[in-house]
Amino acid sequence: MLDAMMTALSHFAQPTHLMYLLLGVGMGMIVGILPGLGGIVGLSLLLPFIYGMDQISALAMLIGLVAVIPTSDTFTSVLMGIPGSSASQATVLDGFPLAKKGHGARALGAAFSASLVGGLVGAVILTGFVVIARPLILAFGSAELFMLAVLGLSMVGVLAGKSLPKGVIAAGLGLLLGALGAAPATGELRMSFDSVYLMDGLPLVIVGLGMFAFPEIIDLCRQNRSISDKGTLGLGWRDGVRDMIRHKWLCLRCAGLGSIVGALPGLGGSVVDWIAYGHVVQTAKDKSQFGKGDIRGVLAPESANNAKEGGGLVPTLLFGIPGSGSMAVFLGGMVLIGLEAGPAMVGRDLDITYTIIWSLAIANVVGAGGALLISPFVSRLTTIKYGYLAPFMITVICFAAFQATRSLSDMIALLVLGVLGVLMKRFGWPRPAFLIGFVLASNTETYLYQALQFYNWEFLTRPGVVIIAALTVISVLMGMRKHPVNPVEEEESSHSHNPKRWPQILFAGVLLAFFAFGIWDATQHSFLGSVFTGAVSVVMFVVSAILIWQLIVSPPSHAANFDHEFDLEHQDVKPTAGLWHYVLWVAGMVAATAVFGFLIAITGFFMAFLRVKAKASWLRTLLLTGLAIGGLCVLAWSLVLDFPAGMLQDLIELPWPLG
Amino acid sequence: MSWGKTVNQSFKTACAAAAIAFGFAGTATAQDADFAGDRVELIIPFGEGGGTDTWGRFWAPYFSVFLPGNPTVVVKNIPGGGSTSGANQFEARAKPDGLTAIGTSGSTQFPYLLRDKRVQYEMRDWRVVLASPTGGVVYVNSDLGLKSAADMKALETVKLRYGSQGATSLDLVPLLAFELLGLDVDAVFGMKGRGAGRLAFERGEVNIDYQTSSAFINNVTPLVDIGSAVPLFSWGAIDDDGNIVRDPSFPDLPSFPEAYEMMKGEKPSGPAWDAYKAFFIAGFPAQKMVFLPKDTPEEIVQAYREAAQAATEDESFLADRQATLGEYKQIVGEPAERIFRTAVNVPEEAREWVQKWLTDKYSVQF
Repeated sequence: MLDAMMTALSHFAQPTHLMYLLLGVGMGMIVGILPGLGGIVGLSLLLPFIYGMDQISALAMLIGLVAVIPTSDTFTSVLMGIPGSSASQATVLDGFPLAKKGHGARALGAAFSASLVGGLVGAVILTGFVVIARPLILAFGSAELFMLAVLGLSMVGVLAGKSLPKGVIAAGLGLLLGALGAAPATGELRMSFDSVYLMDGLPLVIVGLGMFAFPEIIDLCRQNRSISDKGTLGLGWRDGVRDMIRHKWLCLRCAGLGSIVGALPGLGGSVVDWIAYGHVVQTAKDKSQFGKGDIRGVLAPESANNAKEGGGLVPTLLFGIPGSGSMAVFLGGMVLIGLEAGPAMVGRDLDITYTIIWSLAIANVVGAGGALLISPFVSRLTTIKYGYLAPFMITVICFAAFQATRSLSDMIALLVLGVLGVLMKRFGWPRPAFLIGFVLASNTETYLYQALQFYNWEFLTRPGVVIIAALTVISVLMGMRKHPVNPVEEEESSHSHNPKRWPQILFAGVLLAFFAFGIWDATQHSFLGSVFTGAVSVVMFVVSAILIWQLIVSPPSHAANFDHEFDLEHQDVKPTAGLWHYVLWVAGMVAATAVFGFLIAITGFFMAFLRVKAKASWLRTLLLTGLAIGGLCVLAWSLVLDFPAGMLQDLIELPWPLG
Repeated sequence: MSWGKTVNQSFKTACAAAAIAFGFAGTATAQDADFAGDRVELIIPFGEGGGTDTWGRFWAPYFSVFLPGNPTVVVKNIPGGGSTSGANQFEARAKPDGLTAIGTSGSTQFPYLLRDKRVQYEMRDWRVVLASPTGGVVYVNSDLGLKSAADMKALETVKLRYGSQGATSLDLVPLLAFELLGLDVDAVFGMKGRGAGRLAFERGEVNIDYQTSSAFINNVTPLVDIGSAVPLFSWGAIDDDGNIVRDPSFPDLPSFPEAYEMMKGEKPSGPAWDAYKAFFIAGFPAQKMVFLPKDTPEEIVQAYREAAQAATEDESFLADRQATLGEYKQIVGEPAERIFRTAVNVPEEAREWVQKWLTDKYSVQF
C-alpha cells in the first residue's frame, strides 16, 4: 500500500500531469458556473481528447474536472438562486437569501472553504477506506438501501415548512412524478400518455431547474432590480471562512456523511446535499433562520457534496458500478484509456487508485482557491440590473434542459415544471420536500420490491435495516425537538394569510385531481406494476382532501393558508408585473421554438427582452445577443449537439446551427 | 488539441501501410468518396459514458484516420427511448452522403425484432459497416455444489434467482437460455445494469448470473479464484458458417449449445431454440454495429468498410482494443453483412413464440 502511495505521489512530480489536472480544473470551473451544466457535460467535452493520452494525465484531467464542479457550481446557487448542478440544490435554500441580503461574498467564502474541507476530508477518508470498502459496500443490499431511502424521505419532516400536510403532499407528488414511466418490477409504463418522452421518466436536471431556477428567474424579473438588495457585495469572504472555522465540526460531519453516502452504489449522489441539509436543520438548536440565510445551511451541503465525489469513486473503481451520471462518463473515460474497473484497482493497480484520490485532493485545493480568487468578480453579477441578466439565465437553463434528450420536449417539460415551481413557491409548498420525493422515488420502489423478492418481509429484521430504521427514528425525533416545525421556505408569514383563498384551493384541487388520476392509472396495471404508485396516490389523495378542508374551513391565520402574491401586495416595493407576465414571455419563446426551432426563437427572445424589458440601445442589444448566441453555438458545436428543431426545420432544410 | 501522441504516430505509419495495402482497392472503388474537410457524425443513441458510447468513441478516431480525406469524426449522443429515439432520428434525418453513421447496440436491435411500437426505423434497409462481437459467461454460486457444466443436471431441482434489467433488454437471451434448459429461475427485475446484478450475486441475493466477457474477466474471475463462483458455460461465438462454437476468450468453457447437450443429452431444437438463436446473434456476436443510412452509394459503403478493415489491422488498434472490445475479432464487410442478415431475419414463427412467451411469463404487452 505504501509503495502504491509513493508511486502515485511520484506521478505528481511531473509537470505534465499537473498541467492536465489544472486544465481539467479550469474546464470544471467554467462548466460548473454555467447553471444546470454539471459533470456529465464537462466530461463529455473532454472525452474526445482522452483517447491515446497517457493514463495518468488523462485521469488527472478528468478528476480535476469532476472534483471542482461541486465547488464552482455554488456560484449560481448562491448568487442567483439557480442550482449550478444537481449537486448543489440544497445550497440555494440559504445561500441565495444571504446573497439577497448583500452577504454574497460571505456565503461564497463559507461555501468554498467548506468545499475545500469536504474535498480534502473525502480524499483522506478514501485513502484508507478504499482498501476496506468492498465488504462494506457488499453489506448494503437491497433491504438496507430501501431503508436508507426511507431515512432520506424522513427528511421531509424537517423540510416541510409550516404546514405538514403540504410537506407530505409535496413529497408525495415528487414520489409519483419520480415513478413515472417504466415500473421496475414489470416494465409497465405508468402515467406516460403513450409519450416516449414520459416513458423514460422526467430528467432530474429539468426537475431541479423547474423547481428552483425557473421561479427565481420569474421573481427577479418581476422585481426588476439587481439581485443584491443593497447593490453591494457586503462583507468579504474572510467572514465566510471564519464561519466555516466556527462550524468546523459540522463541516467534518457532513464531509464524512457525504463520502459514505456517495460510496453507496444505487443511492445516487443527488440526495447527498439534501441529507446534509436535513441533518443540519435537525441538529441545530436555533432553527429560526434556516431558509432565510443561515450560514450553516450553506456549509453543510457544500462540505458534503465535495466529499461525495470521492465517495462516488469507490463503487466506480472497485465494482465498475457508477454511482452517478458523471461517474458513468468517468468510467467510460477509464475504459477509453485502457483501464478496467474491478478488484484490481485495489490490488495490481492500487497506485492508479491513489493517483486518482490525490488528484482529487489537489484539484479541490486548486478549485477552492481559484473560486475564492474569482468570486469578487463573479459576485458583481448580482449588482447588474436583472433585465440584462434574465435573458442570459433563461438561455442557459434552456440549454441545460435540452442536454437531457436534445429535443423540444425537454423545453416543454421545463416550462411545465417551472409553472409548477412558480405555483408551489406562491402558495408556500416546500419544494425541497418535492425534490427529495422525486429523487428517492425510484430507489424506494425498486429496492422495496427487490428486498421483498429476496428476503420476504423478514428483510425488516436484518441488522443493517434495524440500525438504519433506528437512525431514522432518532433523526425524526431530533427534528421535532423544540421547534416542531420550522420555516424552511423563505417567505415571511405575517402578511400572507390571504382572506381570498380560492387560488390556493384551486391549486390543491388540481393536485387532488392528479392523485385521483394516479389511482385510476394504477388500476390499469398489474399488482407489482401499480402497487407503489397506487399506494402513494391513495395516501396523497386523502391528505390533499384534508388540506383542502383546512383551507376552506379554518381561520385565515391557519398555517396551511399561504399566498405569496397577497404578501407582495403589502410590501413597500411592488413588483413591476403580474405573476404570469414573465411566464408568458418564456412560454412564448417555447412556442416560437416549436415553430422556428430553438436558435431562431432564442435570438428573437433575447433581442425582444433586451429592447422591451431592459430598454437597451440597439447597439447594446445586438452586441449582447451576438455574444450569447455565439457562445451558445460554440458550446453546441463542441458538444456535437443540434438545437431543438421546430416546424420550420421539418419543412425546409437549414444549415447548422439553424437546422 | 489532438487525441494523443502515441496514436497519432502509429496512425501515421499505419496510414502509409494502409495506403499501400488498399491503394489498388482505393482507386477501384472508393475514388468518389472523399471526406476531406468534412465532419462525420457517428450517432450513438445512448447518453455519454455507457458501453456503446465508449465503443463509439473508441472507433471514431480510427474512422477519422482511415476514411479517405481524413474527416473529423465525432460522436453525437442522442439518448432516449432505450436507444429507439436516436435510431428513429437517424432513420428520419440522416442523408446517404456518408456524413452520418450510427452505432447501435443489442438494445437497438431487440425492440426492432420485437416490433416495439416506439420503433420507426427499418434496420433491414441500413448498410452495415462493421459488427463488434462480445460474449458472456454464465456462473453460479458455489454453494449450489456444482463444479462445472457437467453437473448441471443438479440444477433441475434447485430454485434459482437471477437479477435482471428487464425481460425485453439484453437479458432476454439469458432468460430464454434458462427456459430452454428448463431451469426454475426467478427473475428479479429493476437492476440498474449488469454490474448491479453482479453485486447482488456477491451479496448472495441471487445465485445465478452472467457477465459480458470483459466484466467477467475483471470482476468474476477473482470470485472464481476464491471459490465463491463457478463458471458454467459461455454463450459462445459464431463461426464463418453460422455455427455457435466456443468463445475464443474462454476456450475451456463449453458453449451454451454444448452445455445444453451435456445437461439434456440431445442437441437443442424447436421454435424456442430458433428464437433463442436469433436473439442471441442480435445480442452478442452482432451486439454493436455501425451502419450507414439506406440508399448510401456503394462507393461510400465500401470506403467505410475499407476504413474499418484497415483499422482492425492497425498496430495501435490491436494494442488498445482490449479494454473496449476484448479479444474478439471485429467483423467487417461481407461477413458483417452476413451476420447482420442473420440477426435481423428472425423467422416469423420464432418471433411469435418469443412474444407469446414474454406475455405469458413476464406480462409484457405488445
